[in-house]
Amino acid sequence: MYTTELGKSATVKSLEDPKLLEAFEARVAADEFIEPKDWMPEAYRRTLVRQVSQHAHSEIVGMLPEGNWISRAPSLRRKAILLAKVQDEAGHGLYLYCAAETLGTSRDEMIEALHSGKAKYSTIFNYPTLTWADIGAIGWLVDGAAIMNQVPLQRTSYGPYARAMVRVCKEESFHQRQGYEIMIAMAGGTPEQKRMAQDALNRWWWPSLMMFGPPDEDSPNTAQSMRWRIKRDTNDELRQKFVDITVPQADFIDLKVPDADLKWNEAKNNGAGGYDFGEVDWEEFYAVVRGEGPVAKERMAARRAAWDDGAWVREAAVAHEEKRRARAAA
Amino acid sequence: MSGGAGGDWPLWEVFVRAKAGLSHRHVGSVHAPDAELALRHARDTYTRRGEGVSLWVVPSAEIVASDPDEAGPLFEPAQDKIYRHPTFYDIPDEVKHI
Repeated sequence: MYTTELGKSATVKSLEDPKLLEAFEARVAADEFIEPKDWMPEAYRRTLVRQVSQHAHSEIVGMLPEGNWISRAPSLRRKAILLAKVQDEAGHGLYLYCAAETLGTSRDEMIEALHSGKAKYSTIFNYPTLTWADIGAIGWLVDGAAIMNQVPLQRTSYGPYARAMVRVCKEESFHQRQGYEIMIAMAGGTPEQKRMAQDALNRWWWPSLMMFGPPDEDSPNTAQSMRWRIKRDTNDELRQKFVDITVPQADFIDLKVPDADLKWNEAKNNGAGGYDFGEVDWEEFYAVVRGEGPVAKERMAARRAAWDDGAWVREAAVAHEEKRRARAAA
Repeated sequence: MSGGAGGDWPLWEVFVRAKAGLSHRHVGSVHAPDAELALRHARDTYTRRGEGVSLWVVPSAEIVASDPDEAGPLFEPAQDKIYRHPTFYDIPDEVKHI
């Protein structure tokens, strides 16, 4: 899973030692990795904390739409797969929280920011999963888009983030494949199953394109983030790549991408060819970012309930350790 | 993650031995109230696909690290001692290399 870049723009403060700043910029420009104890500009640290924690939150909230279907998976095989996938998402969230913590923020602060609504997470998880085909579409499209976003981040300039992304990417590939496999099965099934598959594609296509974030001209952070190698490709470049790879996959299983403007264009991608596609409804995107997504409230309520319901387990673990220590000391 | 007492559980660094014959290697960290739970969390977080045969967890606070600002004085003296590398020496091709 992945988060789009949703925060405010990062401006470089000139209060910092110009020599340190210059040395830092040179290291990053030379594709060196920055490690936790190295000097870094405050804006770099802030931008990373925001991006990595949003990414972590997205993994955690991303468990909810799919968790919704674990008990109703159509076979034991599918159930075992979905359980493993959801467990992976939890793991990805944990890798990323740890990476963010190396920047000087605490797990508590991040969880609090998520639960209070202060922190953002990917807009994609504020859409409902209505049928089993949605689980296929999520794996195929949402995880597909996530992989496209994440692969370049394995070379992001901040070492702990890059290492977390290497692990995530290794594990994410099965997520995308199992999703497409569900779609193959449903698209090749009964007419009703095929209708469900088409319906899921219709509902998830545009939100998936939104996952790459606003168009480049409306993405003020992109230039700075690319200079700092926090980001390696622009939103529009990645979106184009996703469309070019995904449309033939839809064709292959005889499903129709819900875009009347979709057309092959030989001149695209420097003559290699690519698809022209319609305009994403950015009003909808910004509405979901503002928290007006169809199931935004349910997601946060479920998240907070899980946290609160687990409080006694956390308290018991601490009490147990305190008792053990007291005994050892006696 | 916080327990009842508030604040995060202590942080532990996790090391995994991929297979016998290899050293343990740092893979990341976990929060846990004690060593036993740290091992369990490390197992669930970092070895879901048979990545290892052995785990170490070490309280992060116990790790003593060199200061990045001291990297120059610490490590640069080794860089001009190229005679410590075998390639520094010219051995004629006519004789066998050991």
